Amino acid sequence: MIKITAKPIDIQKVIDTASSLGAGAVNVFIGTVRNTAHGKKVLWLEYEAYEAMAVAEIRKIIDQASNRWPLLGWAISHRIGTLKPGEVSVAIAVSAPHRRDSFEACQFIIDTLKEKAPIWKKEIFEDGEEWVSAQPNMAKVYN
Amino acid sequence: MKCMVKAFGITREIAGAKEVVVELPEGSTVSDFKTELFSQFPRLSALTSLFIAVNQAYAEDHQVLKPEDEIALIPPVAGG
Repeated sequence: MIKITAKPIDIQKVIDTASSLGAGAVNVFIGTVRNTAHGKKVLWLEYEAYEAMAVAEIRKIIDQASNRWPLLGWAISHRIGTLKPGEVSVAIAVSAPHRRDSFEACQFIIDTLKEKAPIWKKEIFEDGEEWVSAQPNMAKVYN
Repeated sequence: MKCMVKAFGITREIAGAKEVVVELPEGSTVSDFKTELFSQFPRLSALTSLFIAVNQAYAEDHQVLKPEDEIALIPPVAGG
């Protein structure tokens, strides 16, 4: 299951979809909205996705993970729209016969998703807003 | 040819629309497209990176564009 959704993520459904009777481990990553960024209070985040391509890219990531680790099941749900601090932005679950493979695969999937999936977020502060990783002036500060 | 281009995130705000039109000669590549795009929207060239997606996949600079291609601007991503 790969889902891009404007509704709150059903974490249990993600876990159930990934689960398998042959698994000795189900590894779950839950990404949440942090309440601060650059030392400032975050009021909320605006997420947007190029949905068709995001699904296609996540599918490629799953294929790569399946080639590297003996996965028995997997599921990913990514939220879009307006999210407040504490809300779940992404949930990833993978099952495997043994825990080490499940940990490694889950980490690979979230790390690669953050690099490749066409999903964006804008932080809204009390005194302004900023596209995460993409603000031209901030990029100069970090480079 | 007339390319309809989807713009997301900061590129959507810079372009001021979810979709923009870029006119290109037949046989143009992704690299030619970016040159034309930057002349139309100079602020886009200030981004740390800008990938172009063709038919919902990351495209290489030398890829030749066809009129029916689905083209999209992919500024630095920040999922998760």
